[in-house]
Amino acid sequence: MSGAAHPGPLPRHPLLVRITHWITVLAFGALLLSGIEILISHPRFYWGETGNSGTTPLFQIPIPSSRASVPTGYNYVLPDQNGWSRSLHFQAAWAAVFTGLVYLLAGIATRHFRRRLLPESLSWSAIQAVLAQHLRRQPDPDPGSYNVLQRLTYLAVVFLVFPLIIWTGLALSPAIGAVLPSSVELLGGRQSARTLHFFLSAALVLFFFVHIAMVVLSGFRARMRAMITGAGTTPQERPQ
Amino acid sequence: MNPARRRFLFAGAAAAGLTAAVELARRFDLVAPDSSGLYAPGTALTYAAQRLLTTGARAREFSREQISAKPFANPVGPLGADFARLQAGSFRDWKLTVDGMVAHPLSLTLADLRALPAGRQVTEVVCEEGWSYIAEWIGTPLHEILRTAGTLPQARYVVYYSHEEGWWDSIDRADALHPQTILTWAMNGADLPVPFGGPLRMRVPRQLGYKSTKYVNRLTATDNLKGFGKGLGSASPEFGYSWYAGI
Repeated sequence: MSGAAHPGPLPRHPLLVRITHWITVLAFGALLLSGIEILISHPRFYWGETGNSGTTPLFQIPIPSSRASVPTGYNYVLPDQNGWSRSLHFQAAWAAVFTGLVYLLAGIATRHFRRRLLPESLSWSAIQAVLAQHLRRQPDPDPGSYNVLQRLTYLAVVFLVFPLIIWTGLALSPAIGAVLPSSVELLGGRQSARTLHFFLSAALVLFFFVHIAMVVLSGFRARMRAMITGAGTTPQERPQ
Repeated sequence: MNPARRRFLFAGAAAAGLTAAVELARRFDLVAPDSSGLYAPGTALTYAAQRLLTTGARAREFSREQISAKPFANPVGPLGADFARLQAGSFRDWKLTVDGMVAHPLSLTLADLRALPAGRQVTEVVCEEGWSYIAEWIGTPLHEILRTAGTLPQARYVVYYSHEEGWWDSIDRADALHPQTILTWAMNGADLPVPFGGPLRMRVPRQLGYKSTKYVNRLTATDNLKGFGKGLGSASPEFGYSWYAGI
C-alpha cells in the first residue's frame, strides 16, 4: 500500500474473513489488556525452568508491581487485578482459538490462503520492488491485492506467531505440562515459555500498530468499510 | 430450503447440542463449582477440557540437581493465636481433623501422619503471578488418609481448611485420589518451614500454587460444595480467582 490515500479497487473481504477478523480484534484486545494486568503481578522474566523474586532475572520491566513481594525498586504497589484478568485471558483465548480454527479451515476450503496470502512469486527482487515503491512513495500498482511483504507478514502472523503464542501459553499450564511434558521441555523450561510468550505478544502488538498505520495511511474509512461491509470501491475486481 | 427455515433449524440444532453437552458435562463431573457469571463459558471449557486431557497424567517431576537453591514463599495472612501456641510447642499438639463423608472420622498428629506410607516428589511450585521454584516434597498422600478414614463412595470433593484466616479450598475426586496429591510435612530434607506452609501443606502439583494451601488442619469429604462458604468451591473465587487452577 502506498503512503497516500488514492482511489482504486480495494480488496473485497469474504464474509467469513470479516466476522473472524472482528472477533479476533475483540479477543486480542481482551488478551492484551488482561495479559498486561497479569504481567504486572510479576514484571520480571527468566530463562530456564524456574525463576522467582529471589533469583536473578533475565530482564525486568521498569514498572511497579501489584505484589509487595516483588523487588521492583518502586516504593509503590499497584492494585491486584489478577482474578478477573486470568478469567478474561482464558475466555478470550478460547474465543480466539475457536475463531482461528474456523478461519483456518475455511481459509483452506475456500483456497483463501492460496489465492490471497501465498506470495505469487517469492524472490528478493519482488521484495526489493515493494520496498523501493514504498521508499519512493509511489502509488500501489495493485491496491486490490496484497503485495509480497503483506502476504509474508500475514502468513507469519497466522501460521507462526499465533500457533507459537498458543503453545507458549499452554506450556505455562501445570496440567498441560503433566499431559505433554515435551511441550515445556522443547521451549527450554517453563520460565523460558513465559518469556517467549511475552515476546510473541510484543510481536503481535508491533503487528497491530503497523497494521493500523497502514489502514490509516491508505484511507481509514474505505478500509474500515471494506472490512465491515465487504464492499470494494469499484465493481471490477482483478481476477486472481 | 428457505433461509429462515434453515436458520431456525440451525439454531435448534445448536441449542440441542449445547443442552446435550451441558448434560454430559454434569454427568461426568466436568462442571466446576464456580462456573457461573460472565466467565462461565471460559471456566467451564478450561475445566472440562483439562479434566478430559489430564486423566492419569502426572505432574512433571525433576531430578534432585534441579531443586531450586532459592525457593520463594509468598507472604501469608494472619495465622492467629492458636497457630502461635502450636508453633511454640513445636507442633507436637498439631492435629489434622478428617471428617464429612467418611466411615471413621480421624484426628491425626504429625507423628500419626508420618506413620502412614509416605510419598516423595521433586515438583515445581508454579504461582499464578508467574514465578516458580522446584523443591523436594515429602508427605502423606491424600489418598492414604482418605483410605484410612474410609471415604464413602458418594464423596466427590475434599475440602481443606487452613490456619490462615478465611482460607480454605477444595479439589475434585480426580485430584484427591491422584498419587501426587500429598499432605507435605517435609521439604528439601528438613521439616517443612513455616513460611512454606509448615507443619502441613497440601501439594496439588497439577494445579497452580494457590491450590497448595499452607497450614492445613482439617479435611472434609463431601458430595456437594454448595454448603461451603459462598458455594463456589473455595475462598479464591470469592476474590475473583477460579476454583480450578490447572492453567
